[in-house]
Amino acid sequence: MENPKPIKVALIGNPNTGKTSLFNQLTGLTQKVGNYPGVTVDKKQGTCKLSGNKTAVITDLPGTYSINPTSVDESIVLTSLLNTTDTHFPDVIVVVADIENLKRNLFLFSQVKDLEIPIVLAINMADQIERKGIFIDIETLQRELQTEIVLISARKKQGIDKVKKAIENCITVSSTQPLCSINHKIDEDYFKKLKGISDNHTLYELWLMITQNNFPDTLLPEEKKKLHEFMQDVSKVKRYQHKETIHRYKQINDILKTTYKVDQSKAKDLRGRLDRVFTHKIFGYVIFFGILLLIFQSIFDWSSGPMDFIDAQFANLGEFIKEQMNPGVLTDLITDGIIPGIGGVIIFIPQIAILFLFVAILEETGYMSRVVFLMDKIMRRYGMSGKSVIPLISGTACAIPAVMATRTISGWKERLITILVTPFTTCSARLPVYAILISLVIPDKKLLGFFSLQGFTLLSLYALGFITAMISAFLLHKTLKVKSTSFFVAEMPNYKLPSLKNVVFDVLEKTKAFVLGAGKIILAISVVLWFLASNGPQSYTDAEKNIRENAANKNIASDAIQQKIAAAKLENSYIGIMGKSIEPAIKPLGYDWKIGIALISSFAAREVFVGTLATIYSVESDDDDTSTIKERMRAEINPDTGKKRFDLPVGMSLLIFYAFAMQCMGTLAIVKRETKSWKWPMIQLFGMGALAYIASFITFTIFS
Amino acid sequence: MNTIATLSKGEIGIISEESLDVIPLKLLEMGCLPGVEVELLQVAPLKDPLYICVNGSHLAIRKEMAAQIKITFNL
Repeated sequence: MENPKPIKVALIGNPNTGKTSLFNQLTGLTQKVGNYPGVTVDKKQGTCKLSGNKTAVITDLPGTYSINPTSVDESIVLTSLLNTTDTHFPDVIVVVADIENLKRNLFLFSQVKDLEIPIVLAINMADQIERKGIFIDIETLQRELQTEIVLISARKKQGIDKVKKAIENCITVSSTQPLCSINHKIDEDYFKKLKGISDNHTLYELWLMITQNNFPDTLLPEEKKKLHEFMQDVSKVKRYQHKETIHRYKQINDILKTTYKVDQSKAKDLRGRLDRVFTHKIFGYVIFFGILLLIFQSIFDWSSGPMDFIDAQFANLGEFIKEQMNPGVLTDLITDGIIPGIGGVIIFIPQIAILFLFVAILEETGYMSRVVFLMDKIMRRYGMSGKSVIPLISGTACAIPAVMATRTISGWKERLITILVTPFTTCSARLPVYAILISLVIPDKKLLGFFSLQGFTLLSLYALGFITAMISAFLLHKTLKVKSTSFFVAEMPNYKLPSLKNVVFDVLEKTKAFVLGAGKIILAISVVLWFLASNGPQSYTDAEKNIRENAANKNIASDAIQQKIAAAKLENSYIGIMGKSIEPAIKPLGYDWKIGIALISSFAAREVFVGTLATIYSVESDDDDTSTIKERMRAEINPDTGKKRFDLPVGMSLLIFYAFAMQCMGTLAIVKRETKSWKWPMIQLFGMGALAYIASFITFTIFS
Repeated sequence: MNTIATLSKGEIGIISEESLDVIPLKLLEMGCLPGVEVELLQVAPLKDPLYICVNGSHLAIRKEMAAQIKITFNL
């Protein structure tokens, strides 16, 4: 039997309507995250079985209040709906609405309806009807809206089958008549002339093209030219947009007057009481900082077990493979290049997953919006917005998703400053560098009898990152000359218990994106490093012979000869040469060429520091030596002083360097994409680099 | 002159028709329309932003915006 082509369905709805819950219920584990061409907005898609052998491909479009976009995310919605010839153009649209705020949800619905695409209206949280004292007359509403309405409760899995059935029906039965012939009522001549431009597009499509300056490929050149003429009168277009909005609301009000009522006495609920606590001028901040402390505490406490386990497993795996395989280049590549490389990525999963878990829960419950409300005024003094708090917190896991999370900030200057300072927050990639250096150079003592000195150092580094971010933001706020009309509005959604399914999917999705995105870079660099460290010019090949000849005359143990050979090889390898060439520049900071190698490779991603040193020292050391990286670093001697290489001044200087330097290609790439220019990532790279160099120099000098 | 910013906590006003031009489109689209009741629910600890309820939407807007939206009272 032949499978019919899947129906293409797009889910559209306001934020916080349970659109993602419905998507998760419909698609389950089939969902995949891809990218829209040209932008980095996540495109979530999944398949869903309908009756018989029919299937649907469901796309979850970003949440929006209107199809007139004000952000990158929202413009995806409009572009998806205007390109009628695109292969992904939806056959059916499901608008998801929240029963509690039907009026505003129907506003978006009325816009989508006017595009004359088959449409289903799914009204979510129907299980709340009684508790909230809501009356709704579905039959009349269906007739008035000329649309099939399905009452669902996505979290309780109610009505999901009805949505599927409605999707199937809708293609054949539903009317695609526009709902509001509003435009005629505003200025009949104007819109008649507009419609006259093209026969292939609906009036509302044409109107959106001129108001949003978004022209699909389906337009003929002369049509486009005529539309541009309409755009000349900017103030008229703007005035008509306002009128359109008012008109839509008027019509919706008329429809809802007879079909929808909310008993106000029941509506006064928990929200008000919770708001009074969470936005209280004292308790509000106390709770927020308490939650932050809880998050950081959990990141360290809960993740240390799994991280040690992962670390040990990768060490075992390397050993195991070394025993099983014949010695050779391939074995070396696997055990010294690939396995430490993969291990270096996997080890971050526990921390990142825990952080994403907290962020997902805080967003799901609606608490995050209260933080935005609480912090906006404070953040504005630093040129940012209350909405910058979320990226800054996310930045403690990874700057890449954090930079992407700035999209909700509507003012360009506020958004730019947030993007520029986010890499100062201590991301989880810095953590292994900090952890290993702190355990090497900071004594394991208690401060005042109970406070771990090592823990205190780590906490100070986090504080340093945050304070630097705020100071830089303040300086940028005072110096940046960027034209920007900042307009701030944040919805304060009702409080909800987080849905386990949504939270789990969210964490899985973001963690996967990190592992695949950052993982590729880190793995590639590990292999390149291994190659550069185990190959070199003529002097590299000669190294072994020279040492053996020298040693032949003296009475040296063979172990010592082996070590000398390994050291000479590393010194003469390609990477050794690179490290040596930058040594003069980093000597004032207290570093030698081996640390230089780690610094060079860290410019791809900071966490590579530990891996690089692991690679360098395992290339250098004898083959059966599987002592841990920390032991090897501790044993490393500075030949100039005869003391330990990683002593307090060098360790502190490195800590400061890693706190400030912009060493993450992934972040630079994402900043370039989000700001659409190389200017800003370059400013980050050189500005933060210069700060790191100077600060490390001062630190080294003070501690020496 | 009465604006959303001059409301006291818990007070309800009606957005006046003359405010139409100063309200940004996005705010209109979220239900903040002339002729509609607006209630000030909360004021952030530093007196800014303001947390309002309008047309069933719960929104936080900044004081500078709120100060431009004129209101009248039901007598």
